[in-house]
Amino acid sequence: MNKLHKAFTNGKAFIPFITAGDPSLDVTKELVLEMANAGADLIELGIPFSDPVAEGQVIQAASIRALSHGITVDHIFKMLRDIRKICNTPIALMTYVNPIFAYGTERFLRNCQETGVDALIVADLPFEEKDELMPFCLKHGVYLISMIAPTSNNRIHIIAREAQGFVYCVSSMGVTGVRKNISSDAEQMVKIVKEVNGIPCAVGFGISTPEQAARMAKFADGVIVGSAIVKIIEEYGPQCVPHVIEYVSTMKNAVTKG
Amino acid sequence: MSKGRFGIYGGQYIPETLMNAVIELEEAYNHFKNDPKFKAELDSLLKNYAGRPSMLYFAEKVTNDLGGGKIYLKREDLNHTGSHKINNVLGQVLLAKYMGKTRVIAETGAGQHGVATATAAALLGLKCEIFMGMEDTQRQALNVFRMKLLGAKVNVVTSGTQTLKDAVNETLREWSRRVEDTHYVLGSVMGPHPFPTIVRDFQKVIGQEVKKQILEIEGKLPDVLIACIGGGSNAIGLFYEFIEEPNVRLIGCEAGGHGIHTNKTAATMTVGKVGIFHGMKSYFCQDEYGQIAPVYSISAGLDYPGVGPEHAYLHDIGRAEYVAVTDNEAVEAFEYLSSMEGIIPAIESAHAVAYAVKLAPKLNKDQVIVVGLSGRGDKDVASIARYQGVEIYE
Ligand SMILES: Cc1ncc(COP(=O)(O)O)c(C=O)c1O
Repeated sequence: MNKLHKAFTNGKAFIPFITAGDPSLDVTKELVLEMANAGADLIELGIPFSDPVAEGQVIQAASIRALSHGITVDHIFKMLRDIRKICNTPIALMTYVNPIFAYGTERFLRNCQETGVDALIVADLPFEEKDELMPFCLKHGVYLISMIAPTSNNRIHIIAREAQGFVYCVSSMGVTGVRKNISSDAEQMVKIVKEVNGIPCAVGFGISTPEQAARMAKFADGVIVGSAIVKIIEEYGPQCVPHVIEYVSTMKNAVTKG
Repeated sequence: MSKGRFGIYGGQYIPETLMNAVIELEEAYNHFKNDPKFKAELDSLLKNYAGRPSMLYFAEKVTNDLGGGKIYLKREDLNHTGSHKINNVLGQVLLAKYMGKTRVIAETGAGQHGVATATAAALLGLKCEIFMGMEDTQRQALNVFRMKLLGAKVNVVTSGTQTLKDAVNETLREWSRRVEDTHYVLGSVMGPHPFPTIVRDFQKVIGQEVKKQILEIEGKLPDVLIACIGGGSNAIGLFYEFIEEPNVRLIGCEAGGHGIHTNKTAATMTVGKVGIFHGMKSYFCQDEYGQIAPVYSISAGLDYPGVGPEHAYLHDIGRAEYVAVTDNEAVEAFEYLSSMEGIIPAIESAHAVAYAVKLAPKLNKDQVIVVGLSGRGDKDVASIARYQGVEIYE
């Protein structure tokens, strides 16, 4: 059974992103389990890709670190099986379309279903191309998450109408990365989505501080943070877990109060 | 299925942040391509600035030396800025200007597309930034300086393999940061729709001219067309007019590098698999998990792990053939054409020349080969010298 809806039942959701295999799959597993304990409502797990065009330098570097250890999709599914024995927190896989296509889309989604993956976020699969994966996602009960961006304009309605699970509102232009200023368009985007679909909206791209997260949580159902966490992992390496957990607790607190 | 398909290939596999930009581009292109003012301005630029039509030159000495089919060279090397890239760039930069954009960005491998883009931007008064892999800035140092002279900012790309693929990644990232005032002048028939179509339309003049010229000279269509393939723009430019002429053989030459049985190759259609990357479904060099493979060629312009979707389609339906030509063969052809005809080809184009040299002796004397000489080789002289172990100081 898909558990994604649970992510939005515990107040405003905090959604951390980490790259699988950075610094190692053992640490990734520990991070997933501990972040779940620390209040993460949905965990976004990145499958590293050689050429992540939607990613800024921080997550690019994490992908390279993971790939340099030989991390593959098979290793990640194996880790997920282990995680699912003891942890039920919703998980979304985030990647690019080629690793899925190369693995075999049917086989990939069958594995997602078997390992309890609840959603798939594919950075280079816009609305127009979603048929590449959607039939397989439907068959295996995995949500294919729709993204909308500050430039989506009149596309927001079209995308939101067919969106499932939650809508990923990209809060700044460009690629992922920590930013000082988050555009105020995010609130407007969420408003437009809600006009056509009562689906949860999570905001991400550029968010790093508790203040920013709290501000987003005022109007969004969830806040997604990637680069800020990956930076901590980069800094502390195998010793990163307590530092990440402290950060996740602070952020969950911030969105709850927001 | 989505827009911009060639069979199963093509499409628009890009982040949502860029979707509006490509939709806007498609609408603008469909509007202006039939606009008399746009057409007249582009025609005039191609004629008076780029120097079109380019000559179709009968390489008589080479033909006699090889003792087989007649070899003609389509002299895109004589265009302003020294390659076919200017055809596409004048079209796209003019389009950007008509769209009200004030800034263009582009990737470059060999530097030819970067130089052409910087040139058109200078002429038409747009700001210009070029993204180029660190490794390519070293092997094509002169072109880097050339772009700066033309007023462009050159951004050195240090991510990934530091070659053409990474330059494309970085230009896509930059475009997603800043779409409002910026057009991405993609350099080949690749990327998301509408680029493969737009670039092909701006390059198809090559084949249209060849048809007219060869009918005038030989009174018949050519038997074989040969062109090198990076993303595939000069090749599709040469082929397009002849796709519906079933008796004309179309041969694309990919960069074999050290050989297709080594991992130092860029022969996408020979060693790659179908995948989805850089906005398109096509063939890509990749590992079993879909990680894009580092590729290699002596030629910076062919050093790309993918190929344009229309070529993937022509390959699958058997309309065009794709062969791999190694570094060694290309360098030999580079030297051969230089010493035989006094024409120094770009190392990219030398891949096509190499295959023509192989094929010509197998043809009859009344058969005609047209080789797309996509660019001139001045930019490659230093690296060929290095290849031969000669140190020269530029
Ligand atoms: C002279 C020349 N020929 C060919 C190419 C390859 O590009 P395409 O396959 O798009 O023609 C390049 C690319 O830089 C080039 O500079």
